[in-house]
Amino acid sequence: MSASHDDHHHGPAKGLSRWLYTTNHKDIGTLYLWFSFAMFLLGGTFAMVIRAELFQPGLQLVEPNFFNQMTTMHGLIMVFGAVMPAFVGLANWLVPMMIGAPDMALPRMNNWSFWILPFAFAMLTATLFMDAGAPNFGWTFYAPLSTTYAPSTVTFFIFAVHIMGASSIMGSINIIATILNMRAPGMTLMKMPLFVWTWLITAYLLIAVMPVLAGVVTMMLFDIHFGTSFFNAAGGGDPVLFQHVFWFFGHPEVYIMILPAFGVVSAIIPTFARKRLFGYDSMVYATASIAFLSFIVWAHHMFTVGMPLAGELFFMYATMLIAVPTGVKVFNWVATMFRGSMTFETPMLFAIAFVVLFTMGGFTGLMLAITPADFQYHDTYFVVAHFHYVLVPGSIFSIMAATYYWLPKWTGHMYDERLGKLHFWLSFIGVNVLFFPQHFLGLAGMPRRIPDYALQFADFNWISSIGGFLFGASQLILLVVVIKCINGGKKATAQVWEGAQGLEWTLDSPAPYHTFTTPPDPKLIHAQ
Amino acid sequence: MKQETPVSSTTRVVKRLLLVVVGMFGFGFAMVPLYDVICDITGLNGKTSGRYAEVAPVPVEDRKITVQFMAQNTEGMTWIFEPNDAQVTVSPGEIKVVSYRARNTSDFAMVGQAIPSVAPNEAAQYLMKLECFCFQEQPLAAGEEVDMAIRFFVDENIPEKITKLTLSYSLFDITDYEIEGEVITAR
Repeated sequence: MSASHDDHHHGPAKGLSRWLYTTNHKDIGTLYLWFSFAMFLLGGTFAMVIRAELFQPGLQLVEPNFFNQMTTMHGLIMVFGAVMPAFVGLANWLVPMMIGAPDMALPRMNNWSFWILPFAFAMLTATLFMDAGAPNFGWTFYAPLSTTYAPSTVTFFIFAVHIMGASSIMGSINIIATILNMRAPGMTLMKMPLFVWTWLITAYLLIAVMPVLAGVVTMMLFDIHFGTSFFNAAGGGDPVLFQHVFWFFGHPEVYIMILPAFGVVSAIIPTFARKRLFGYDSMVYATASIAFLSFIVWAHHMFTVGMPLAGELFFMYATMLIAVPTGVKVFNWVATMFRGSMTFETPMLFAIAFVVLFTMGGFTGLMLAITPADFQYHDTYFVVAHFHYVLVPGSIFSIMAATYYWLPKWTGHMYDERLGKLHFWLSFIGVNVLFFPQHFLGLAGMPRRIPDYALQFADFNWISSIGGFLFGASQLILLVVVIKCINGGKKATAQVWEGAQGLEWTLDSPAPYHTFTTPPDPKLIHAQ
Repeated sequence: MKQETPVSSTTRVVKRLLLVVVGMFGFGFAMVPLYDVICDITGLNGKTSGRYAEVAPVPVEDRKITVQFMAQNTEGMTWIFEPNDAQVTVSPGEIKVVSYRARNTSDFAMVGQAIPSVAPNEAAQYLMKLECFCFQEQPLAAGEEVDMAIRFFVDENIPEKITKLTLSYSLFDITDYEIEGEVITAR
C-alpha cells in the first residue's frame, strides 16, 4: 500500500471488519475474485472426481448417484460460483476506475450482494453432507428429475439459486446505475472502454433473465411442496414447459458468461499489439446484437423434444445468425493484431488463446445449431466438448488474462512472468488434451453424464482424463503467482504496460484506496 | 454534465430496473399460460384441445384416415390399461366412439388420470373430442374394471399428407394428490 499522510483517515479499516463492512469497490472486487477462485478450485475438485472415474471404463471410485451429484455440483459451482462472480469482481474493480467514478453507485448494496453469496454456496455444498445427498439432476435441473424424482435436498438448491439470483440482480442494478450516472465529464457512451460496454449489456441481460430463473425454481418449489402441477403431466402441467422457461433464462445466461470476456480481450489485444482496437463501434453493435439474439434462440437446446418443423427451422436460422456478430468480433481482434508490434506477455498469450479456442467452440456451436445434425449430437460428449471450449479457454482464459493484465494495478507489483508463462502453456496444453478428444467421443456416440461407458471409448477418455489432471494441477500455479505478486516483486509503474490505454492506467500502482474523488481531466479521455 | 444530482438520478435508474426485475419475474410465470395457449392454437407438443362444443361436423366420405390407439402406464401405476380397439378407420368429420379398458389390480381404491398425446404433433389440433375419459379423473375401487369411452372426429381440414395418426394415453396414479386435496378441502 502506498503510504500517504492521510491514510488513517481514508485508508481501509483493519482486520476482518474491513472485509465484512466494506463498501469500497476495490475491496468488494477483491472479495468477489477470491471467492470465485475458491469456487473454481472446489468445482475443479468435483471435475477431478469426474475425470478420475472416467479414467477407465467400469465403476472404480464412486457410485453412479454420487457421480451424478458431482456433475451437477461441478456445473452449478462453476457457472454460478466461479465464472459469474469473477466477472462481477472484475466489474467492481475496473468499471469505476475506467469511467472515472469514485466508487459504485450503490456501495452498501454492493457489500450486500457479495456477502449473501458465501451463504448461498455454503447451503448448496452442505447438501453433499446430507443423507439424501447433493442435487443429482444436472446443472440444467430438468423437471421431473428435479421435482418428482429429486432428492429432498432440492429445496436447499432452490433457495441457494434464489440467493444467487438476488445477488446477481443487485450487482447488475449497481453496475448499470454506476455506468449510466457516474461517468466522468467527457466520458460519453461511445468513449467507454469495451469492458464497460460489454458489462453494461451483460447487466441488462442479467436483469432480464435472473428473475425468470427465480420464477422457474419457485415453480419447482411449488410443485414439490405445495401440490401444484406446473411441470407435472398428471396434474395438467408439462415437463417440456420447464425446458422452455429454463432455457429462456439459460441461453442469455451463457452470453452473460462470455460478453464480459469479449470486453477483457478487447482491452488486452490492443495493448500488446500497440494499436487501437479495430472497429470499436462495430464491437459495441455486435455485442448488442448478440445480446438481442440470445433471447430468440433458446429452443436450440431442445431440438429433440418434438417441435414442429417451423420451430426447428426458426431456431436453427436464428442460432446461426449469432455467428455473424461473433464473426465481426473475431475479425476485429485479428485485424487489431494485424501488423501490430506484438509482444507476448502472459495476458496476451491468454487473450490470443481465447480468440483461437473460443472460435473453435463457436464452430462446434454452429455444428450443433444444424437441427438434423443435432439429433445425433444431442446429449453426447460433443456438446460437453463444445461448451467447455467456450467456457474454459473462453470465459475462464479471459478471466485469467484479466487477472495477469490488471494484477500489477491491483497489487503494485509485477507478477512472475516466468511462472505466468508456465501457467499459460500448461493450461493451454492441458485444456486441449482434456477437451479435444471429447469431440471424437461425442461423434462416436458417448452420452454425457454417465459414470461408465462402452469399451471403445476407453482410449479417448484416458487421454481426456490425463489432460484434465494436468489442467487442474496447473491452476495451482495461478494461486502461487497471485500470492507472490501480492507479497512482493518488481514495483509496477502507473502505466504498467507500454501500450495500455484507459483511465485506470493514469492511477498509481497499486491503485489508491480511493480514486477519482474528483473527476479526471477530460483531456485524458480520448476516443478508442 | 447533468443538471440533477447523481443521487436522484441513481434512484430513478434503480426504480426502473427494479420494475424490469418484477416484470420479468412475472413474465416467467406468464410463460405458463402463454405456453398452454400456444400449444392449444398450434397443436405443438401433440397436446389435444379440450372438449369440442361447436357445430356438428359434416363427414367427408372420399377420404379415409386411420386412427391408432395406444395406452401406457406411467411409473408406479399398476392398473391394467389398454384400448379395446387397436385402430379404426374414419372419414374426416365422421363421429366415432371407441373405448379403453382399465382395471384396478391393486387391493385398494385408486384414482387415475389419463393424459392424451397425438403423433404426429401437427395432427393434434385436428383431433376433436366430444367426450373423453381424459376430461375427468377416474376413481376405481380395488379390483374394479371399467370401460371408458371417447367420442371424437377428425376435422376435415386435416392436411392431405396425414393419413394415419396415433392417439396415446399416459395413465398417471394421482391417488396421493387426491388425498392431499381432500385434506385441504376438509379444512
